[in-house]
Amino acid sequence: MAIITIPRKPLTFSERAYLPQIAAGLRITLRHLFKPSETLQYPEERPSIPPGYRGAPTLVMDPNGREKCVSCQLCEFVCPPKAIRIAPGAVPEGSGVEHVEKGPQAFDIDMLRCIYCGLCEEVCPEEAIVLQTQYSMCGTSREEMVNHKDKLYEMGGTLPDQHYKWDKKKAAEEAGNAH
Amino acid sequence: MIAPPKPELVTVNIDGREIAVPKGTNVIEAARLLAIDVPHYCYHPKLTVVGNCRMCLVEMGMPAVDPATKTPILDPASGKQKINWSPRPTIACATNASPGLHIRTTTPLVKDCREGVMEFLLVNHPLDCPICDQAGECRLQEQATGYGRGYSRYIEQKNVKPKRTRLGPRVTLDDERCILCSRCVRFSQEVAKDDVLGFIDRGSYSTLTCFPGRQLENNYSLNTVDICPVGALTSTDFRFKMRVWFLKETDSIDAESSVGANTVVWSREGVIYRITPRRNDDVNDTWMADSGRILYKEVRADNRLAGVTVDGLAVLPAAALAAAAELIRGGGVAVVGSGRSSVEEQFLTRKLAEAAGAPAYLVARSGAGDGILISADRNPNVRGALVTGLIRGLPAAALTELAGQIDSGAVKTVVAVNEDLVAAGLTPAQLAKVKVVYFGTHANPTSTAAQVVVPTLTVFEKSGSFVNQQFRLQKFAAAVPGPGGALDDLEVLAKLTVAVGGKLGETPLYQASGRVELNALWELIGQAVPALGTVRYGNLPSTGLLLDGTPWAALAFPEGKTLHYTPPAAPAAVPAP
Repeated sequence: MAIITIPRKPLTFSERAYLPQIAAGLRITLRHLFKPSETLQYPEERPSIPPGYRGAPTLVMDPNGREKCVSCQLCEFVCPPKAIRIAPGAVPEGSGVEHVEKGPQAFDIDMLRCIYCGLCEEVCPEEAIVLQTQYSMCGTSREEMVNHKDKLYEMGGTLPDQHYKWDKKKAAEEAGNAH
Repeated sequence: MIAPPKPELVTVNIDGREIAVPKGTNVIEAARLLAIDVPHYCYHPKLTVVGNCRMCLVEMGMPAVDPATKTPILDPASGKQKINWSPRPTIACATNASPGLHIRTTTPLVKDCREGVMEFLLVNHPLDCPICDQAGECRLQEQATGYGRGYSRYIEQKNVKPKRTRLGPRVTLDDERCILCSRCVRFSQEVAKDDVLGFIDRGSYSTLTCFPGRQLENNYSLNTVDICPVGALTSTDFRFKMRVWFLKETDSIDAESSVGANTVVWSREGVIYRITPRRNDDVNDTWMADSGRILYKEVRADNRLAGVTVDGLAVLPAAALAAAAELIRGGGVAVVGSGRSSVEEQFLTRKLAEAAGAPAYLVARSGAGDGILISADRNPNVRGALVTGLIRGLPAAALTELAGQIDSGAVKTVVAVNEDLVAAGLTPAQLAKVKVVYFGTHANPTSTAAQVVVPTLTVFEKSGSFVNQQFRLQKFAAAVPGPGGALDDLEVLAKLTVAVGGKLGETPLYQASGRVELNALWELIGQAVPALGTVRYGNLPSTGLLLDGTPWAALAFPEGKTLHYTPPAAPAAVPAP
């Protein structure tokens, strides 16, 4: 390897004179002194969350209050840190949504494992798991950091559904298409 | 054994590659030999060909022959015999190999055909893969991805058919998913010999259903679930339990009878979710009985023995083995082995009996054979006990000889390996007269009466081998770890044998984990049993190894005729096909 020697540039007159540099530095300090502050007084002040932000994954209901998750376990499969655990089960007869057949008996997301990658939201065929805006989770034990199904629905709330896929399915089932 | 006649080979040409196959092989199987996938739904290698799914359409051609002179017509361009391609596609499943047959599976016509068939199959399909148990092992999913057009043009209303229908005690039917391949119908007719399924209505309204007043309740009903290429027939037991892509497959053997059906145990993180058959053309084809599929429930049964005890007190395993050795050294010992133990365990049981100078008994277990895949001998491994020399003749129906010796006071200690002595014919009063050492998996009257109880592993938690009714040595592997507190049967037997003064060869038998190394044990077995000289657990083929059963040909085995097995004494003693 050849060694390239880079000569040090000689100082200009203003640099050698010293005082102009002091003045320039003070000008910057003064400008910041009177500019509006950029600092957020977290946690009293919270940043505004931009759209598309990937916060904590939550489970959502459709506008009719039906849990959208059908426990297909694709999120559990795709989750890189294996943070999601689902116990699938049958939707009980007489619940009004038995035509959906399948739903989660238990749904756990371990927030100590979650890396907020959003693959679960991306893979969900029912748009049931959504990464929302919550980014600050705390707890005093490992168990506390596991979000169970009821907590996930409490965090997730209701999201508008464009498709009403299962309502259409039920309507078709009731109307029938027999010959 | 008379060698079967050599099949006549014919050469066929598939996608420009030639292969010689036995005459009569259909094109799907011939293409499989060339690793060419011909997609299909209704064709199943063990059922009759009906050709109603039309998915396996291929182009067929035959060498051109002058009709008048019967001389080959040559293609002037290539100088080879000209091929007359059929203008219409033909179904590969019903096209049998004949000399000179030419097949094309990659042409635009074939591609169009597959896309068309896929589109029609998906017209009324509900596309509810997220809630369908078949997802992940669904032919419709796989072939829609591989051969479908990739988008739907269908905007009309889909047909509505019955969903969540209970077809029988173990099978649930979703008619909307059914593609009318009729595999289940043919299976019920041809293999289970219980004709209960059929189609009603016509066209796109065709619906699979049971005959009126009947239900799919034969002991082979769950095979229809296995062969259903879509999610129409699902197992009620496995329904919504777990996605198949999470499950680990372990090769195992059905331990419910001496047929020894080959199985796959599906487990995730130490929990077994289901058992399905594994193809073995010499034993069980691709079938197994429903009763064998629920055996995994014994693994997590409530009465599973939890810890090593001596006189009802929890002790360390070494202390229990020392207590057992003390009892055995007292003399007057009888060893009761099990036809449910593996060959390896039976060999060590024999070693233990020899070291203790004790007679060895085996418990017979019989039931009615069904002529298909359940034999009259409900022990999976009685022949293993014969081969390893644990017993000389067939086990008696009850342990009357042992009972007599207990009554006369000749036997003071009984070592029961995985057998309930009360169920085997001893009375609780007789058990109370003797000291009992019990190695077993579940609590029973014997474990209650026993002085030393050592919990051991079920067939799903250990590796080993069974010898089935054909004298076929077949291996099984551990699918899940045993429960805490349970010890490996082999480890217990080997340590106890050494503790009572037996010799187990020079080679180190144990792995670093303390488990018995199966191949090292097989070296011992090979030395002691000449017929098994070079057999090792590691070199047993997955389809099993047929042993010579002639030394035991004089014994009156209880088995009747089953699939691929004809009892040798039967009048028409023909070799199994």
